[in-house]
Amino acid sequence: MKGNEAIAHAAIRCGADGFFGYPITPQSEIIETLALLKPWETTGMVVLQAESEVASINMLYGGAGAGKRVLTTSSSPGVALMQEGIAYMAGAELPGVIVNVQRGGPGLGTIQPSQADYFQATRGGGNGDYNVIVLAPNSVQEMADFVDLAFELAFRYRNPAMILSDGVIGQMMEKVVLPPIKPRRTEEQIKKECPWATFGRTADRKPNIITSLELKPEVMEQRNLAMQAKYQKIKDHEVRYEMLRCEDADYVIVAFGSAARIAEKAIEIAREEGIKVGLFRPITLWPFPEKQLTELAKKVKGMLVAEINAGQMIEDVKLAVNGAVPVEHFGRLGGIVPEPQEIVENLKKMM
Amino acid sequence: MKKEIIISGFGGQGVLSMGKILAYSGLMENKEVTWMPAYGPEQRGGTANVTVIISDNRISSPILSSYDIAIVLNQPSLDKFESKVKPGGILIYDGFGVMNPPKRKDIKVYRIDAMDKAAEMKNSKVFNMIVLGGLLQVCPILPDKALEKALYKTLPERHHNLIPLNMEAVGEGRKIINEE
Repeated sequence: MKGNEAIAHAAIRCGADGFFGYPITPQSEIIETLALLKPWETTGMVVLQAESEVASINMLYGGAGAGKRVLTTSSSPGVALMQEGIAYMAGAELPGVIVNVQRGGPGLGTIQPSQADYFQATRGGGNGDYNVIVLAPNSVQEMADFVDLAFELAFRYRNPAMILSDGVIGQMMEKVVLPPIKPRRTEEQIKKECPWATFGRTADRKPNIITSLELKPEVMEQRNLAMQAKYQKIKDHEVRYEMLRCEDADYVIVAFGSAARIAEKAIEIAREEGIKVGLFRPITLWPFPEKQLTELAKKVKGMLVAEINAGQMIEDVKLAVNGAVPVEHFGRLGGIVPEPQEIVENLKKMM
Repeated sequence: MKKEIIISGFGGQGVLSMGKILAYSGLMENKEVTWMPAYGPEQRGGTANVTVIISDNRISSPILSSYDIAIVLNQPSLDKFESKVKPGGILIYDGFGVMNPPKRKDIKVYRIDAMDKAAEMKNSKVFNMIVLGGLLQVCPILPDKALEKALYKTLPERHHNLIPLNMEAVGEGRKIINEE
């Protein structure tokens, strides 16, 4: 099935309570598949086409505030519209899952694949000092697997989590094993797991207030410091990455998502020509696998960062490598997807 | 076994569904498969294409620089993909859609007059199945049985009565493909 379809199936199977979204290419199959599967008749999951992306993200805020497992999906221009809501969710420490099946920008851009929202996703995107947990799937299987993982992380840390995909992974079909079915949590379970949520105050407790607003700066600073401590905890525990053929590698290609798949093919071609090259694939883009790259830089002669953008992740790679070896970038823009051969040629240029 | 295939033609010729049936046939034989369409404006008037990879092992990139097999169903597709067939690879073209035949000598070129055959069978919709039959004749990567299973899997149940006709078209395709 398609990557987009896998997201829809996985959302239902992992016990999501609600989906709010507005169709946009190249991810419209997500809401289409949900409409076909009619989960409201089986698990009771709500599927709602909102009037806009702004409405979707605020519905997410509301659902998350009640402790529900809720998600929204969109593509680049739509996710740009959601940034205010995402910052509010981060500020109010609400869990929720946002899927971005990226397309070329800026603005309305194009409908073809891109990875140009890396900065937006990993730097927060909205206002204030916050981070969103960002997972980058590189296959239809990971599209399916990361929905539940994103929910787990979002609830564990009470923080929005994002799946940063793109038009390649969303539109392509591959073999997939759908994740096991988890029933939706009961109201009792939600009350137990989310004591902070607004599910109706009982006489024996104070009201739960969910807001990102705090007018006293001293209190707001403390809240920010607590959030920073939480982000540090996420950095310490949730870094995920994959290394392929790095054991004997002289050079390493660093790539995420669909670019990592194309880079894998480039590595096959280069290895046939006798070039010892491996792949380093960050799976969490935030937290970024800094330490692992710092270590890897000690063993190789150089790194090529292959992205479908003008050079975004390369900044994180350079910070991690800290000048130890040369780091170059190769990317295509505006919806053009690089071919494996192009990556090989750019690899040779830096040798 | 690993075959990297591009199928390209006009939008509406059934290029994407042909790729889908091929990919599902691979799935039925427990192969690894990827199906990657060029989606977007190409589907509205211009040429549509899809990359299908069928392999015994894990597939890296769904997007390629060159192909083992190119199936081109119109002139713009031939112009775009003839040079991207690997030396020793296969190029299949439909005689109706292509005015200037392929020139390369280092690849195997096959012609299939599937458009004419479909007209003869009085069903333009089986065009892509005729082409698939031709492909499996010259490159027997999958048995017809897998194709039939894939049709049951991909077609909605109300169209299952058309599967015998589709398999007949596959048989016709096997007969009418010729090496140039």
